[in-house]
Amino acid sequence: MALSVSMTVNGKAVTVSVAENALLVDVLRQTLNLTGTHVGCDTSQCGACTVHVNGRSVKSCTMLAAQADGAEVTTIEGLAAADGTLHPMQAAFKEHHGLQCGFCTPGMVMSATDLARVNPTASEDEIREWLEGNICRCTGYHNIVKAVKDGLGAMSATRQAAE
Amino acid sequence: MYSFEYQHPKTVADVAAVLASDPDAKVVAGGMTLIPTLKQRLAMPSALVDLRDIAELRGVRADGDTIVIGAMTPHADVAYDATVRDRIPALAHLARHIGDAQVRNRGTIGGSIANADPAADYPAAVVGLNATIVTSTREIAADDFFTAMFETALEEGEIVTAVRFPVPKRAGYAKFKHPASRYAVVGVMVAETAGGVRVAVTGAGPSVFRVAEMEQALAGSFSPDALAGISVPADGLNSDIHASADYRAHLVTLMAKRAVVAATG
Repeated sequence: MALSVSMTVNGKAVTVSVAENALLVDVLRQTLNLTGTHVGCDTSQCGACTVHVNGRSVKSCTMLAAQADGAEVTTIEGLAAADGTLHPMQAAFKEHHGLQCGFCTPGMVMSATDLARVNPTASEDEIREWLEGNICRCTGYHNIVKAVKDGLGAMSATRQAAE
Repeated sequence: MYSFEYQHPKTVADVAAVLASDPDAKVVAGGMTLIPTLKQRLAMPSALVDLRDIAELRGVRADGDTIVIGAMTPHADVAYDATVRDRIPALAHLARHIGDAQVRNRGTIGGSIANADPAADYPAAVVGLNATIVTSTREIAADDFFTAMFETALEEGEIVTAVRFPVPKRAGYAKFKHPASRYAVVGVMVAETAGGVRVAVTGAGPSVFRVAEMEQALAGSFSPDALAGISVPADGLNSDIHASADYRAHLVTLMAKRAVVAATG
């Protein structure tokens, strides 16, 4: 049997037919072709699959697509502007070389943008604590933390400019 | 994952009806333990009954001298709730250090205590603060709720709907966390409550337990020094690659002292 799941993904309304036991990450990647969200460990530990569901970071490998019915989902593809201008957090990762192989990056960026919601002026220690659910196998944490710190600042500046 | 049906009833009564009609159905709250368990094919429920649509199960409210937390309230909401931070900061602190940020955004208090993982944080809060567990059919005192490893007093078909925490005079929580999972290798909640001092230990044994000798010592003098020389026997404590039973016994006293410091700080 299959379920009909309606979500808003990166601002676009979609309705997909999914198996009851389909994971959100598999529907994002395989049905919606949003392959920016990665599957690293597939055991809820590494955070490469992090997306936002109703504005909060979650591990999409540990959530059923059925559970996202009616939800607003944002993936890494939903951050940049329509003209390709990077989101301030993405720009900060580029600027600070906050990635090596890049596999963990989508999850890192999605976690970092959720930190802006909870603690927009996070200290370096608080950033490290927040990123406990994201593992970088290249161990490039120093530059990631620098990028997040700058990205948070840039997001605040963008918000202030908009107000 | 094996296949299963998926249901999301709108009321607690409807959940009870589904569970009564299908003994192999399983309730899913945040799914932070259940979904990984399903992925490893360690469970084969006929149906998942998701509580996500039942609005009354979600949220934090103050009710006189108690804080009532709905079963479906995620850890993050407890951690950042202004009332919890103001009235029971030790509980907010505990919730803020469960798992990681993504887990705290999905995992719920009801799911955590119904699962009764021996290394989970919430059991220490529930027992240490002498909370009352409100279920679909009755109220259960914290001391009667956790019965064994992954076992609770919940009957078949009974679900947790809320947890009611009396506001303590003061309380503190300290844990020695597993560095990868952030589960408690040992976690201790110390609280001075209306009914006396309570010391509840998670992570160390098969299930959360109280330490009467520490409670008596702290009733005499609420200071870390009062705990010097008091230790729990290592017999029956958990022993694994992360920590031996002897080491856990040592950590119980150490974490209890730190919890007292946190409560008085």
